[in-house]
Amino acid sequence: MALLSLDDLTVSYGDNTVLENFNLEINQGEFVSLLGPSGCGKTTTLRAIAGFVNPGSGRIVFMGKDYTNIPVHKKQFGFVFQNYALFPHMSVFDNVAFGLKMQKTPVAEIKKRVQEMLELVGLEGFAQRHPGELSGGQQQRVALARALVIKPDLLLLDEPLSNLDAKLRVEMRVEIRNIQQQLNLTTVYVTHDQEECFSISDRVVVMKDGKIEQYDQPEVIYRYPMTEFVARFVGFENFLDLKEKDGRLVTNNGIEFKLDRNDELAKYRVAVRPDDIVIKEVGGDRTANVLTAKVKISTFLGKEYQYLVETELGEFVVNAATVNRIKNGEQIELYFPEENIRIVKEAL
Amino acid sequence: MNEKGKSLTLFTFLVYLFLIAPLLIITVTAFGQSEFLKFPPDSFSIRWFLNVFEVEMFMRTFLISLEVACIATFIALLVGIPAAYVISRYRFRGRKILESFFLSPVLIPQIVFGFSLFNYLVIKLRLPVFTGLLIGHTIFIIPYIIRVISASLANFDYEIEEAAVIFGANRIKTFFMIVLPNISSGVVAGFILAFINSFNNVPISVFLTGPGVSTLPIQMMSYVEYYFDPTIAALSVLLMGMTTVLMFIIERSLGLSYFTSK
Repeated sequence: MALLSLDDLTVSYGDNTVLENFNLEINQGEFVSLLGPSGCGKTTTLRAIAGFVNPGSGRIVFMGKDYTNIPVHKKQFGFVFQNYALFPHMSVFDNVAFGLKMQKTPVAEIKKRVQEMLELVGLEGFAQRHPGELSGGQQQRVALARALVIKPDLLLLDEPLSNLDAKLRVEMRVEIRNIQQQLNLTTVYVTHDQEECFSISDRVVVMKDGKIEQYDQPEVIYRYPMTEFVARFVGFENFLDLKEKDGRLVTNNGIEFKLDRNDELAKYRVAVRPDDIVIKEVGGDRTANVLTAKVKISTFLGKEYQYLVETELGEFVVNAATVNRIKNGEQIELYFPEENIRIVKEAL
Repeated sequence: MNEKGKSLTLFTFLVYLFLIAPLLIITVTAFGQSEFLKFPPDSFSIRWFLNVFEVEMFMRTFLISLEVACIATFIALLVGIPAAYVISRYRFRGRKILESFFLSPVLIPQIVFGFSLFNYLVIKLRLPVFTGLLIGHTIFIIPYIIRVISASLANFDYEIEEAAVIFGANRIKTFFMIVLPNISSGVVAGFILAFINSFNNVPISVFLTGPGVSTLPIQMMSYVEYYFDPTIAALSVLLMGMTTVLMFIIERSLGLSYFTSK
């Protein structure tokens, strides 16, 4: 059974319903990320799990118990805020010790555990500083230490790295992942950064408009997006509509496309990455999965060129490591290899 | 410095002189030797300062003023801090109205406010003089407390309150351990500002003082009706000194810009 499950959760702010009949299950020890653009409800989901917002209906079940109406301060959850939310009037030591003091932990044990935790996040020697005297990265570590020191049943992180610079972000995410695995902590992580979340998560929830678009391992989401939204999110830029005609799939202008298909759908929308389309010279012998095109704009990306090409079916973006730049206006053929085409559910 | 800068400096200087001159004259007069107010004095002494402490009614009303100001400010803090907290923390229907309501005593002319309190507290409810005075002052200074505490809370990040709650503090503990320490300078400033306003108040006190219970400013007014010696000037200098020290403490605790800019 799942450690945490959200059953038919509905959360609204006034008239604005953010989550409606939302369902999610997270297993013990799992690192799950909520990924999506701002306004998709990922932070609200996290805040509902923490208990900062009360669901209008539905249940939150944690370790087999109904947690829906348990007051926030009685849960043993760790939370790392986007802006760290350190207590400005307390030293680093007191910030980290806060949760333990609230639990009435003996003073000697508090001292020992806070010291250990500060060592774990690399802040030994900073115990007597105040948050105002620390850099963003150091404050982030304090926030993390404060959340970890109470040995939380569940660790919740709300875009914890978004205020750090790029290099530190990569460092910190590796550290967070290491600590999470060392302590075998069940973790829910909110982010809008695709790379960040793919690199540290066991499973990723891609969200849009308060609904789950796809919930799976990062590799599966990256390779096999199920909806157009997810496909666009993970870098599929080309979309093509196909319909069934005499048992074959054809484009609107009658060109046959072969692809792996398991589902019988009335209409197919397929997605292809710019890297996965092959540019060929006009006049090849292949006819299926091929569109003729004209180069409109080309840009040099370093390891390859990116071409914006025009076909009868609209524009496509193709990346190709051609030796020479293909001139604008030149006719080419685009070959869509069968194994690179993904069927996606159409965006609503 | 160019011409424009020079004339501007001169102008500013004159304005300040105009504002400060009466205070300077009072101060100089207070150190006079003669039996009546005279500027400039013929000779100097501190006898009128000593005389302030000789006049029994000054000492008595000083203590009453002190008592009223302290108790009123304390009650106003008890009411004002939670009110300011609720107004700045929560978005609710009628919040703007509530905010205006709490600030309304500042908007109403004090003399009108004093008169209506007189009608209600003294004529209608027949409250004892000291109680009426205390209630009047408390109501009058609550807006100052609310305004200063609200300004302080505007810089307070409510996310740290959530942080306290998730790490196991209930709402009461959170307020005392997290919110209050972070607005303490605002509380100090609010206390002092309210104290000064209560202590120096005339328009409201004039209606609410009565037999046996008077405040120092009211006593000073009646004193100048009968006596012309520089005692009152000396007392004024002492009061200015007290106010200056208190304002200095505010400036040190959070800066005067709290009151000069909204």
